[in-house]
Amino acid sequence: MLKIENLHARIGAKEILKGLSLEVKPGEVHAIMGPNGAGKSTLGNVLAGRPGYEVTQGSVTFDGKNLLELEPEARAAAGVFLAFQYPVEIPGVNNTYFLRAALNAQHKVRGEQELDSMQFLKLVREKVKAMGMTPELLNRAVNEGFSGGEKKRNEVLQMALLEPRLAILDETDSGLDIDALKQVAAGVNALRAPQRAFLVITHYQRLLDYIVPDFVHVLADGRIVESGDAQLARELEAHGYAWVRERESAEASA
Amino acid sequence: MSASTPFGQSMHEAAASLRLPGSGLAWLDAARAEALRAFAERGLPDQRNELWKYTSLRALAQRAYAAGDNQAADRVVGMASLPLPAIGNQCVVFVNGVYRADLSNLNRLADGVSAGSLASGLRESPEPLRFLLDKRADDDDDGFTLLNRALAADGLVLRVAAGVNVAEPLHVVHVGVAAEAASALHVRSLIELGEGARLDVVEHHVGDAGAGHLLNLVRDVNVHARAHLGWTVIQRACADATVLRCSRVRLHDEASLGFHALELGGKLVRHEIRAELSGARARFESRGAFVLHDRQHADMEVLVTHRGRDTFSNAVWRGVASDRARGVVHGRILVQPGADGADGSFYNKNLLLSTSAEIDTRPALEIYADEVKANHGATVGQLDENVLFYLRSRGVPLEVARRILVRAFCAVTLDGIEPATLREYCDGLLAEQLPEVAA
Ligand SMILES: Nc1ncnc2c1ncn2[C@@H]1O[C@H](COP(=O)(O)OP(=O)(O)OP(=O)(O)O)[C@@H](O)[C@H]1O
Ligand SMILES: [Mg+2]
Repeated sequence: MLKIENLHARIGAKEILKGLSLEVKPGEVHAIMGPNGAGKSTLGNVLAGRPGYEVTQGSVTFDGKNLLELEPEARAAAGVFLAFQYPVEIPGVNNTYFLRAALNAQHKVRGEQELDSMQFLKLVREKVKAMGMTPELLNRAVNEGFSGGEKKRNEVLQMALLEPRLAILDETDSGLDIDALKQVAAGVNALRAPQRAFLVITHYQRLLDYIVPDFVHVLADGRIVESGDAQLARELEAHGYAWVRERESAEASA
Repeated sequence: MSASTPFGQSMHEAAASLRLPGSGLAWLDAARAEALRAFAERGLPDQRNELWKYTSLRALAQRAYAAGDNQAADRVVGMASLPLPAIGNQCVVFVNGVYRADLSNLNRLADGVSAGSLASGLRESPEPLRFLLDKRADDDDDGFTLLNRALAADGLVLRVAAGVNVAEPLHVVHVGVAAEAASALHVRSLIELGEGARLDVVEHHVGDAGAGHLLNLVRDVNVHARAHLGWTVIQRACADATVLRCSRVRLHDEASLGFHALELGGKLVRHEIRAELSGARARFESRGAFVLHDRQHADMEVLVTHRGRDTFSNAVWRGVASDRARGVVHGRILVQPGADGADGSFYNKNLLLSTSAEIDTRPALEIYADEVKANHGATVGQLDENVLFYLRSRGVPLEVARRILVRAFCAVTLDGIEPATLREYCDGLLAEQLPEVAA
């Protein structure tokens, strides 16, 4: 479904992704861990099409199509979703209005029926309830004045509404209280499906107790330096990233 | 700028050829003649005039305008443009500057309200209008005010008696209809609310394409003690119209004005609002937005003078310009000696949607009293790239995302428009305007 090969990307003169390769098949959950500043968010941003990143080498295909040549909105319509590490506030834009505009824009591109406001309200209320979110957040401006955790839940609400094929969650667990963490994980697990894949960027093993990944990767200095199963996350938790570096250099000198 | 331009000459020719209502009245003839002389001396305002600093009249000075539209009384108007839907149907209509009783509808006018034409007032009973028209040029009168005094042929005279609360909004519609030539339309109006009266006015400017007239509208707005005026301006003049307005507002003790403006149309547009808060505890709240594209030019001069004690003013304005449009916002708060306890603020944010667009904003405070609270702030910026990307990453196409954000940016200026149907209508107009702007 998603195939990243030897991806190099930079911002300005600074190279951040330095030959990253990763393949994700439908139904899989991949966790990405790695030190601060390694390039995890950059990977999410490049996949979602954020302006400002220049891909200098390598390729990304999504369902066989060259993802990199699509506009961000076209990627969204194709099924790519990024839950932001730092969701932005949009003063003056009502959250419900925003969610409906997003859903209907995608429906339109795909030639599906657009929802009127009654249909949409019914749908969004169900999702809000399932997420354990305060319905009042629907009536406020997008993320404006939301607490850290409320913003993250709002990201997951968007994911639940938009039903993407590939969801990239960038530290969606950070800033969540214990109950919220469980609810967010339940939200993700509810969406797990044979046709849908997840890239879960996180610093904490704890999330992966709830969302059990098929693969865990360590991203360091712009590349995937280690891959394994859920056990890898536990070892990282125990030993830290220095342990990965040691293993790497041991391999290199072997 | 000299009056011996094609524009100035056309004005003098107009003065010679027009037979204005009320002519023959000695005081009126004298006032008109004096105003014309003063115009000959001063000419059009130039950019050394602080209030015209960013609005050049050089192109306008080269144009000659016809002396009004002599068929204005018979022009056919598409009904679609008259009273706005869902906000009552009481309206006073001016076509090319001339009052049209046949198009106006005042059948439900409350007792104590009179709304009529300046021209018929001058013919039938000029004396009550003398205070309005018998004026000598003072330093604040610019060339357009003088021309208006010399040449105004009609206007609205709207009076609400003391204590009368008018429930239904009154529409004042200025329609521009294409004529054989582009005309200068000098319109002189009065809105006067007696003590404790209440009235909502919806002023609407609309026009046919090709009606490239110059509307030179001067009005006095007098709100007496404890009276309240709600005044909403929706300006959708046609793309080649010049719409110049000067409003002199006086607010007496505890009087209040809630002003809203949505400036969308026209080619060269200006509104100078001079609000004098002369009575104690008078209040003036203004909210306005212009949304410009193409080569539109809009200049909003909001000049507030606090004279009374504990007076309050608050202004929230938004400007949006794309293409090669040019916007100007000048918010001045002057607190005169004796206006102790005054509280004045002016906030203006602007959005540039293209690199060739330009907006100049100047907030200014001058304070000569004690215990005064005064605040101002002004910014000019672009749409936030991070926010745009956030919307796009959810599937919202770029143009739609821009439109959503521009609309949200202006939305605050619609707060407080009453009734809610009018506010929604304004929001709809804004949304309609945006495809042209945000594309
Ligand atoms: N706009 C930018 N300009 C310059 N450098 C940038 C920019 N954005 C990111 N970087 C740099 O790129 C590197 C990778 O950043 P990125 O946000 O991808 O890290 P991360 O792995 O997500 O880190 P964290 O775990 O702290 O979220 C960092 O060194 C960061 O400072
Ligand atoms: Mg990050």
